Amino acid sequence: MRVLVPVKRVIDYNVKVRVKSDGSGVDLSNVKMSMNPFDEIAVEEAIRLKEAGKVTEIVVVSIGVKQAQETLRTALAMGADRAILIEASADVHNDIEPLSVAKLLAKIVAQENPDLVLCGKQAIDNDMNATGQMLSALLGWSQATFASEVALEDGAAVVTREVDGGLQKIKVKLPAIVSVDLRLNEPRYATLPSIMKAKKKPLTIQTPEELGVEITPRHELISTSEPPQRSAGVIVKDVNELIAKLKDEAGVI
Amino acid sequence: MSVLLLAEITNGALSLDQTAKAVTAVQALGDITILCAGNACSDAAAMAATLAGVSKVLCADDILYGNDLAEPVAALVVALADSFSHIVAPATASAKNILPRVSALLDVMVISDVTEVVDPETFDRPIYAGNAIQRIKSLDTQKVLTVRTAGFSAAAQTSSAPIENLAVAQDPGLSTWIEDKVQQSDRPELTSAKIVVSGGRGVGSLEHFKIIEALADKLDAAVGASRAAVDSGYAPNDWQVGQTGKVVAPELYIAAGISGAIQHLAGMKDSKIIVAINKDEDAPIFQVADYGLVADLFDVVPALTEAV
Ligand SMILES: Cc1cc2nc3c(=O)[nH]c(=O)nc-3n(C[C@H](O)[C@H](O)[C@H](O)COP(=O)(O)OP(=O)(O)OC[C@H]3O[C@@H](n4cnc5c(N)ncnc54)[C@H](O)[C@@H]3O)c2cc1C
Repeated sequence: MRVLVPVKRVIDYNVKVRVKSDGSGVDLSNVKMSMNPFDEIAVEEAIRLKEAGKVTEIVVVSIGVKQAQETLRTALAMGADRAILIEASADVHNDIEPLSVAKLLAKIVAQENPDLVLCGKQAIDNDMNATGQMLSALLGWSQATFASEVALEDGAAVVTREVDGGLQKIKVKLPAIVSVDLRLNEPRYATLPSIMKAKKKPLTIQTPEELGVEITPRHELISTSEPPQRSAGVIVKDVNELIAKLKDEAGVI
Repeated sequence: MSVLLLAEITNGALSLDQTAKAVTAVQALGDITILCAGNACSDAAAMAATLAGVSKVLCADDILYGNDLAEPVAALVVALADSFSHIVAPATASAKNILPRVSALLDVMVISDVTEVVDPETFDRPIYAGNAIQRIKSLDTQKVLTVRTAGFSAAAQTSSAPIENLAVAQDPGLSTWIEDKVQQSDRPELTSAKIVVSGGRGVGSLEHFKIIEALADKLDAAVGASRAAVDSGYAPNDWQVGQTGKVVAPELYIAAGISGAIQHLAGMKDSKIIVAINKDEDAPIFQVADYGLVADLFDVVPALTEAV
């Protein structure tokens, strides 16, 4: 069984985001970039399924700038077998929209015939939470989003999903798209020998033109601005002062 | 212009707060039709019909829609979509599962977590865990969007729109529901509570989390948690507040033993008043707190419970 895992190169989650003063976006020049944390979890899950003998091959795919090769190498170092880069932009500030990403991934699915696509539930840059669901729609496959547990059975996946009221367990027919949530697993770190080994693993490059996918954005960016800032208030000395403030000053209790 | 608004329905019951706030958010976009899809959801439809500004309610009452499975609900929405310029839902876990699927089926780029409707084509939404706000114009002819309800007030229940029952669509047969693990609670809903008391890793254990819950109960508040507290098993996943959890904006948010990582702040920084209780005076949470108490939470949380 083959698993496809899409991975995105995003600003590292520890980096403080700076909005460009001309309002054109967030400054991504010279900041640390990493694999989207949710995608790391998806890669880890695929590797665990392979280690458990349920999966034979893991293909990772990234869509974006050529530097996303580093992200793919990270996934290969973790344990993926093969990588595909779809070079869709020359500018790191150009975020490819989930609808275009889903269309590109649908083409890769047609090439690779995976039984399962494991993807992150959202990317921490655009926070759109859409690619997996969109890919599933385009393929007419079943979808299980926000997974905190995945078990493969004959021709199906049993997935526990994180929902607003708690947890929901569903069974989806394979092939399926599963989007993963934070509590599915804790991703491993790549070891030095595996990083060396990953350099020799196959990585092929394709383009949207070759795949025949139109990626013109549907969202026109008008502006990017800083959110209203909160400023630090006062430090109170004890519980009594806190209660007095909440009652008399803020009037919230 | 006309809006199809997918109501938030859980086990046949309407989530009035989320749905009524989404109605307010899109009021300016034209006639609103609410779609209630669920099992035994006729009461939900009747309640949705009372919301001010709603001109019609469509009720798809069938077991097929009972568990919020994305494939059948998305197929239903797509079948209805033609006559609407905007397809909207409150940004709940259920809608985030369904609407992007609808969107791709319509060849439209979804607009998630809208915080402001600027005009029928222009919307504000947070990106980078709320560290930036993006204003975008949708170039699609139809718009599909989820609305972050925390910033909107609920539409009043003053209307009585007509209700129309829909025939059931076919089951695409792709997925089946097995079970829900949902904790019943008498506490207010996290996303609509006036007061939220949240605990973090500093609380230290499931057992100790009881002191957070005791304070919440005394204040008639909902209980929240940081990711670290949920990951450590002190609190269930549906209590998580933040970038990947729930977004809340109560009158009062009390954070105890929470450091204030940006991913946590993303879910609570629009609260009216924030109180931070942390023993580390350098904890970043104090930078957003209106009132800070540098202290051991095991001393002050019980004392607070006693005194309020
Ligand atoms: C992709 C991604 C998404 C994420 N999404 C979320 C999210 O949605 N929500 C979220 O919360 N986090 C999220 N996180 C995690 C986030 O980065 C932090 O790791 C997390 O919020 C930390 O939780 P905490 O503040 O409880 O723990 P810590 O950062 O460990 O802080 C514990 C605090 O408790 C204090 N403390 C300890 N003992 C006591 C005591 N006795 N009395 C008083 N204070 C005490 C300490 O001083 C410390 O400040 C996400 C991370 C990633 C990478």
